[in-house]
Amino acid sequence: MTWLGGAILFWMAAWAVNAAVARSAFGKGRAGRLFVPVLFGITVLVLWEGVVRGFGVQPVILPAPSLIGVKIAGSLEVLWADFMQTVVKGALSGFVMGVGAAFATAIAIDRVPFLQRGLLPIGNFVAALPIVGLAPILVMWFGFDWQSKAAVVVVMVFFPVLVNLVAGLQASERMQRDLMATWGASYWQTLLKLRLPAAMPFFFNGLKIASTLALIGAIVAEFFGSPIYGMGFRISTEVGRLGLDMVWATIAVAALAGSMLYGAITLIEKWVTFWHPSQRH
Amino acid sequence: MREKALPVLAVLGIIVVIWYAAAVWMNSTWVYDQAERAGTTVSFAEMVPQTMAQERPLLPPPHQVAAELWKGVAGQAVTSKRSLVYHGFVTFRGTMMGFALGIVFGVAMAVSIVRFRVMEMSVMPWAIISQTIPIVALAPMILTVANQLGIDSREVPKAIISAYLSFFPVLVSMVKGLRSPDAMQLDLLKTYNASEGETFWKLRLPASMPYFFASLKVAVAAALIGTIVGELPTGAIEGLGARMLIGSQFGEPLIMWAALFAAAILAGLLILVVGAVEQMARRRMGVPA
Repeated sequence: MTWLGGAILFWMAAWAVNAAVARSAFGKGRAGRLFVPVLFGITVLVLWEGVVRGFGVQPVILPAPSLIGVKIAGSLEVLWADFMQTVVKGALSGFVMGVGAAFATAIAIDRVPFLQRGLLPIGNFVAALPIVGLAPILVMWFGFDWQSKAAVVVVMVFFPVLVNLVAGLQASERMQRDLMATWGASYWQTLLKLRLPAAMPFFFNGLKIASTLALIGAIVAEFFGSPIYGMGFRISTEVGRLGLDMVWATIAVAALAGSMLYGAITLIEKWVTFWHPSQRH
Repeated sequence: MREKALPVLAVLGIIVVIWYAAAVWMNSTWVYDQAERAGTTVSFAEMVPQTMAQERPLLPPPHQVAAELWKGVAGQAVTSKRSLVYHGFVTFRGTMMGFALGIVFGVAMAVSIVRFRVMEMSVMPWAIISQTIPIVALAPMILTVANQLGIDSREVPKAIISAYLSFFPVLVSMVKGLRSPDAMQLDLLKTYNASEGETFWKLRLPASMPYFFASLKVAVAAALIGTIVGELPTGAIEGLGARMLIGSQFGEPLIMWAALFAAAILAGLLILVVGAVEQMARRRMGVPA
């Protein structure tokens, strides 16, 4: 009971600290903005540990965070191999190819408004579809290795990026385009110097949606067949063996990879679209 | 209407043409292999029709998928295990459970985030991070844990996964919506000596409704994706996701494609219905369409 009581005590104390920080001047600053969510995260871990130990929850139902931490430290090599296979080879290569294809398509149909008007509703619709369902088909076509995972990712990221970029290319204002015309700018000059930069906030919005889809696609595709490593493979086999600590370790890696990908895109966005009102402080 | 429909139809036409071309190209290998094994040769003109009617095509042409879809929808009793209506209904039920759960959870979180600054500061970053975690990684585990806890129903894990995906759009829009009344309106209520509860019920909540309904379309699509993902790796035997899995395991591409298109049709219907509800709500609240 001491574990449970201690955890609840810690929770209440942390909550009081957070509430105080949120009201104080410290909470308005950058450090405060970081401090509060981090303390909240730690509190969740402490509560989790306390509940698991206090109630004596079986590790096959919910392993304690400390157990998961030990597992991560003990199987770094396996986790790294899985990470390389699923995230780097599957998700990232598919992400780059899919975004590249969407970019090329958007530019290619940019001069044909007729196609754009047709493609936008269809693209919007397809972006809302459960495309993950294509995973078994693509695994059948491209085999078990990372190529099929990359293919699933390409299909999944293509439409969100395309739709956002096509919408973004129309985002520049009439006045701005007229100004380019008065300067005698050619189509390509207008595209490169005005319309593409103006489309970037939309483009990055699409990239952010695509980044989470990419990991989902790569992991789901592995459920349908994979070599004997990879995060999806690890999860499905370890669940079968009730090795939940390893499953949670893999999930932690997946969460870290997902957050890092999202964070990297946000950083690049800040650097590229520094002029946009949402980035100015 | 015609101005809108024409480009869409044209693009659809292009997609169908590409699809047929790809089907001929991908299925031709099998035809040539068969011919070689039989010791005969086939000309291009003979090959094309043979790619259109294979039993296990690499890429089934559209009309084969349509035929299979029709067989699954109209050719079976609705209660049959082979009926796509039946499996579609199972998926629909899971989607609705997850959708409802996601709405409740998302709205509740949005209300507490708008009310308490400490909630916003501590929970909001984690809500964003939660969406970067590939939920599918959790799917098989949620099922096992549910089993261990003695929950036999496969509906619960499915609903959890789909709620996890659908709460986020609702949360983000509701936070925006509940904050949308401007200072003037809030000041007015203060001059009326309105309590915090009254401000919430009479100003903030009505003001957030357009945001709420706009988020529902995204949320319902996300809930459907969540349900299907939940059916894929969890060894479910019912539902469109399970149909895809069965098609994959038994090497029946037609079943897979039919299930995929059934899912697409279901997604379209759900978005249409939610859109209609949105329109109705807007009209009742007096927002010009």
